Amino acid sequence: MTAPVKSGRTFFLRPQDMIGIVILAILLLVVLPLTLDNFRLQFVGKYLTYAFVALGLVLCWGYAGILSLGQGVFFGLGGYCMAMFLKLEASSVENTKIQTTPGIPDFMDWNQITALPWFWEPFRSFGFTTIAVVLVPAFFALLVGYALFKRRVGGVYFAIITQALAAIMTILIIGQQGYTGGINGITDLRTLHGWDIRTDSAKTVLYFVCVALLIGCILLAYYVKSSKLGRILVAMRDKEDRVRFSGYDVSSFKIFVFCLAASLSAIGGAMFTLQVGFMSPSFVGIVPSIEMVIYTAVGGRLSILGAIYGTLLVNWAKTSFSESFPELWLFGLGGMFIAVVLIFPNGIAGLYQVYVAPHLGPLFGGAKRKVTPPAATPPAAGSAAPAAAE
Amino acid sequence: MSSNNDNSSKFSATRRKLLMGMAALPAVPLLSQAGLFSTPAFAQAPATSAVNTTGLAVTDTEVTVGILHSVTGTMAISETGSVQAEKLAIDQINAMGGVLGRKIKFIQEDGASDWPTFAEKAKKLLVNDKVAAIMGCWTSASRKAVLPVVEQYNGMLYYPTFYEGLEQSKNVIYTGQEATQQILAGLDWVQKTKAGKTFYLIGSDYIWPRTSMKIARKHIEGHLKDSSVVGEEYFPLGHTQFNSVINKIKLKKPDVIYAAVVGGSNVAFYKQLKAAGIDLSKQTLLTISVTEDEIDGIGGENFAGAYSCMKYFQSLDNPNNKDFVAAFKKMWGEKTVIGDVTQAAYLGPWLWKMTVEKAGSFDVDKIAAASAGIEFSKAPEGYVKIHPNHHLWSKTRVGQAQLDGQFKVVFETPDLIEPDPFPKGYQ
Repeated sequence: MTAPVKSGRTFFLRPQDMIGIVILAILLLVVLPLTLDNFRLQFVGKYLTYAFVALGLVLCWGYAGILSLGQGVFFGLGGYCMAMFLKLEASSVENTKIQTTPGIPDFMDWNQITALPWFWEPFRSFGFTTIAVVLVPAFFALLVGYALFKRRVGGVYFAIITQALAAIMTILIIGQQGYTGGINGITDLRTLHGWDIRTDSAKTVLYFVCVALLIGCILLAYYVKSSKLGRILVAMRDKEDRVRFSGYDVSSFKIFVFCLAASLSAIGGAMFTLQVGFMSPSFVGIVPSIEMVIYTAVGGRLSILGAIYGTLLVNWAKTSFSESFPELWLFGLGGMFIAVVLIFPNGIAGLYQVYVAPHLGPLFGGAKRKVTPPAATPPAAGSAAPAAAE
Repeated sequence: MSSNNDNSSKFSATRRKLLMGMAALPAVPLLSQAGLFSTPAFAQAPATSAVNTTGLAVTDTEVTVGILHSVTGTMAISETGSVQAEKLAIDQINAMGGVLGRKIKFIQEDGASDWPTFAEKAKKLLVNDKVAAIMGCWTSASRKAVLPVVEQYNGMLYYPTFYEGLEQSKNVIYTGQEATQQILAGLDWVQKTKAGKTFYLIGSDYIWPRTSMKIARKHIEGHLKDSSVVGEEYFPLGHTQFNSVINKIKLKKPDVIYAAVVGGSNVAFYKQLKAAGIDLSKQTLLTISVTEDEIDGIGGENFAGAYSCMKYFQSLDNPNNKDFVAAFKKMWGEKTVIGDVTQAAYLGPWLWKMTVEKAGSFDVDKIAAASAGIEFSKAPEGYVKIHPNHHLWSKTRVGQAQLDGQFKVVFETPDLIEPDPFPKGYQ
């Protein structure tokens, strides 16, 4: 119980975490680019954008115990911010001269809108867009979090409300099609500052940018986890009242981690738009939001790296099942999820902890501990402090 | 993409089994009619190197095309007909000897009613499988997602659905009607024969109904004498509460209800109209969104008497269509119905085959260039021809729905209507 604290004082990564990150980095930066062709590598790039959401969910759900079924909203907000910038660049007067009003995005013209709406204007600036990608979803999460956590809405009720938010957001986007592109989404995005993002070479570059950002976010997540803040989050999850009686403002911590998860999701959304070339309400709604929770569950909601592998695995399975069995693939996928719940409830990371980690233990001087999943076996009173996670 | 699709997948799974069983049956009836193409051109197949200079999936004996529709998810029920029609056409073409001496092999991908999946699968078909053409997409949203992909990788897409227009691409052949082909003649007809002066426009809220209604309104207000629009309303996709708009209709008493409500909303809309006492045999209702497929869900008794404006009805009385309906039912079962889009999907493989033969090549650039002027006189809807803008010349027809879910054709434009995806004065 003392080892992680000791190493946490000097550096926020334990040796085995560092090795895990290095292995992931080698896999994503060296192995996959060398073994996969361009086409498949771009798929991995797309999957990795969901990994940002899964990462946010590990912090928010796994550590802080806040299950959000509306992460698609934040993924979508980030994606739409980026899409608005790219769409404005693609809608130069020259590109859109066949329209009734040249110089505005094509879908606005189809909807008889004749001037660019005011809230689109700032997205002409890339600087503003990058800031907006992170801050708009965080601000939105702040509003939601403030409204709910301050009133001590939590658990299932919170999950239901976030799900409703996802539904509301989809309806809003679809309903306001003149401003948002409606159900078609914002399509046909072409260049970023004149750099054609549709080419294979651009997609490869974006892949590496995406991996780099992801690793940055993973480090951030580890930092949060190992900090005092992370320990309070875990304590809150396991015995909220006790933390509150100790004088901590529980709701502020919850709001913070919810905002952080939102920003992480949004970065994923923005990278998604860049790599896939469009954004649509189908990533915002209830179904994608729940799917993102599934990625996290398959990977293991208590494991930062597990969530990344879970996302990759589920998406890879989705793509390959549906290619091989276009009319039956959903059954295969469903079977996989059932297996996860029934056979290994702590996901891939749980399997690792049970079967692999004990053999590696001696390497790290016995610093390894077993996972204590909060739902399966509520930890005994008193163990709420630093050690419960991973 | 979703886990709530199990019903439709189950449904598709049985269809799949059905296909396995039926695929063995050769589609004979139409073949005898297809004498036009049975010239022995395919007997001596030209060398692969000559007909395929861009690395498509063409061998000495086979050419691969892609079929890209939703067979799972909310759109599966609509798109299944298109998949069936395309497979039927490919079967028939193969039974006649194929294209340039090569059998057509198809790779089917599931768009899963999800637009990004459509884009991903289109890319897979073009980049990985190097298909010579894609028959696919249904909703405008899926087409908008796929369009940049086929343009970037220079593929050829045959798109079957009637749609809103405002689009034209070298890489797409639109085998359905664009908006003006579907709307203008129908409105003229309803004004003339039903003395329609006041119109109430109702649609689902997305790009196709909105654009269609914009064109309809301009036509009603600018081209029809003394006519006016007394109401225009849109409802979200999947909306099922139409009582408020039905009350407004009762209040305003329009001569014509003009509807473009799609998907599941249709069922609620027509049932509630009937429940509210609006008798479609007395109240004129003209829709551009209900085909035989939708009536299957709405129920013939709820829709009987209404008028639908399409280019094809299953009941069309011509020899081409009789053969087509017989072959379709033989392959897919007696109970299947054939709607407008299903017929348009059936045209795709045929038009592609004829274009390949005219161009003497599978190369996409050559096909894009050779498409203009391709004529298909054996089309179930009658004669069609590809316009240089890659849309089809086709007729507009109005059918009145019968209790059995079929339409009685009450009007047909005498001539083919020129496709005009960017109509002047209607934008």
